Amino acid sequence: MKLSVHEQEMLAGRFGPGVQWALGYQVAVGEYFDAERLVPATNAHLVADMEVMGEAGLAFLGQLVEQGARVAIPTTLNAGFTDPAFAQVLHQDESLVARQVVMRERLQALGVLNVDTCINYQSVYQPHVGEHLAWGDTGAVCFANSVLGGRSNFEAGPAALAAGITGRVPAFGYHLDRHRRATTYVEVTTPLEDYADWGALGAWVGRRSPSYWDVPFFDGIGPSLTRSADQLKHLAAALASYGSIALFGARGVTPDWAAMNPDHARQQRTLTVGAKELDEVYASYGADLNTTDVDLVVFSGPQQSLYELARLAELLDGQHVHANTRLIVTTNHAYYQWAQQLGYIQTIEKAGGLVLTGVCFYLMTIDRLQREHGWHTVVTNSTKLANIVGAHPYRPILRRTRDCVAAAVAGRLVG
Amino acid sequence: MSEQFVTLARAYGARVEGPLLVSADGFSPRYDLDRTTGVVTRVGHSLYGHALAGSIVAFPTAKGGVAAGWAFLDLQSRGLGPLAFIFGITNSVMVHGAVMAGVPIADGLSADAWEQLRTAGWAELRPAERVLRLVR
Repeated sequence: MKLSVHEQEMLAGRFGPGVQWALGYQVAVGEYFDAERLVPATNAHLVADMEVMGEAGLAFLGQLVEQGARVAIPTTLNAGFTDPAFAQVLHQDESLVARQVVMRERLQALGVLNVDTCINYQSVYQPHVGEHLAWGDTGAVCFANSVLGGRSNFEAGPAALAAGITGRVPAFGYHLDRHRRATTYVEVTTPLEDYADWGALGAWVGRRSPSYWDVPFFDGIGPSLTRSADQLKHLAAALASYGSIALFGARGVTPDWAAMNPDHARQQRTLTVGAKELDEVYASYGADLNTTDVDLVVFSGPQQSLYELARLAELLDGQHVHANTRLIVTTNHAYYQWAQQLGYIQTIEKAGGLVLTGVCFYLMTIDRLQREHGWHTVVTNSTKLANIVGAHPYRPILRRTRDCVAAAVAGRLVG
Repeated sequence: MSEQFVTLARAYGARVEGPLLVSADGFSPRYDLDRTTGVVTRVGHSLYGHALAGSIVAFPTAKGGVAAGWAFLDLQSRGLGPLAFIFGITNSVMVHGAVMAGVPIADGLSADAWEQLRTAGWAELRPAERVLRLVR
């Protein structure tokens, strides 16, 4: 890689061992992908959580702190595994919760903003077209690239931290024009109403697009149909989850969609998604079940926006969650505060729902939760969540939002 | 015993050799692995029940999720990491994780080369040469 004089000094250790590690790490990754140079990044978003990093990762953060490392650009923290206010209620591992406190202190010492959200693109920072980012959480990356026109690869925790420290990212993949071209044309022929439908679309296409370099281009979800940010959020999360998709295009949605050359993609590979295809996704998650008892109903993965919370409050108003069923909703601190001001939290809690902040359900050491609470059947409107819990002893059931709420109230699937 | 040499598009790390464990399905530590044990636990995954440790593990693709960045370091520190990762096509996250953990990684095999992998029992990864030696 060609490094500037300043970057060479970073690599040589002139700015301390933390910076030296960060740049060296970025060069190793960049050279793997044949990056020619580093480009300035304006924003980093970091996945760091005791659920995944273990003692080795925590020790690494401690070492960086001791070395005096600091982030050079705004760097925010993704959702974590615990909401301390509910850790005891949920029987989470007390020692791990304590280690999370230490981890957060170390991140704060590095200058990281502990905002604990996976929907930073809705609530913290909206990049402009062409802005180079170093974001983790694959759904956030997919949304930023595809809806906002930002430029980021999937940045794992250490990579986003390194970028935060150096203020740079290796220029490969989705930082480059040549990878921001559609490879598959997707014609959508059915209305998409619920968030679960948007997730099902992402799941169906993602299952058929396993390569990181696949770039689907959607037609039929343009101006003629509604496509709110929350709907696109579920699409992005599902595409990144079921495939490894970091960028999609959509006519009338993606800022630079015409440059993605969808006509060329149409000649290469076309997929058509109608009601039958969406039904296939629902069928893979218990569509045939109709009266099964439900242990858990979860609205999470991604965290709920203010509007999603409003919708849940509307559906739960005057209802009560069944005694044998737990309803869990996750959001971030900012939306929780607003939703409280607007009365949504009170309505959800009055109905018996549990609203957690700063977490995403699948991060919550869910194997342990399963053992502690005996949960097995999980109903959700998130295809991403359904996908992830499949690696754990849960049975995921995908339903539209209204049906999820109905299941929570009845304690079983309804219809 | 027969040998075959496969060219890799990209590779990182030190030379390593060992038994080869080849999956028909893609991989992510978030989606497929019990990270407390290092065993693949997604029901239906072709490596279901297999541990990563002690083998060069090969997957056709990388799945979503950024967990690998820290997870490979954690697995490696507890002796549960593989000898090396081989992917048909990988994503950035697997490389972030492997480099962080010091685990050799390579990707970019042709479809023909992937077929050869499936029938080999032993492999030597030479990242500096971007070559994989298969032994059967």
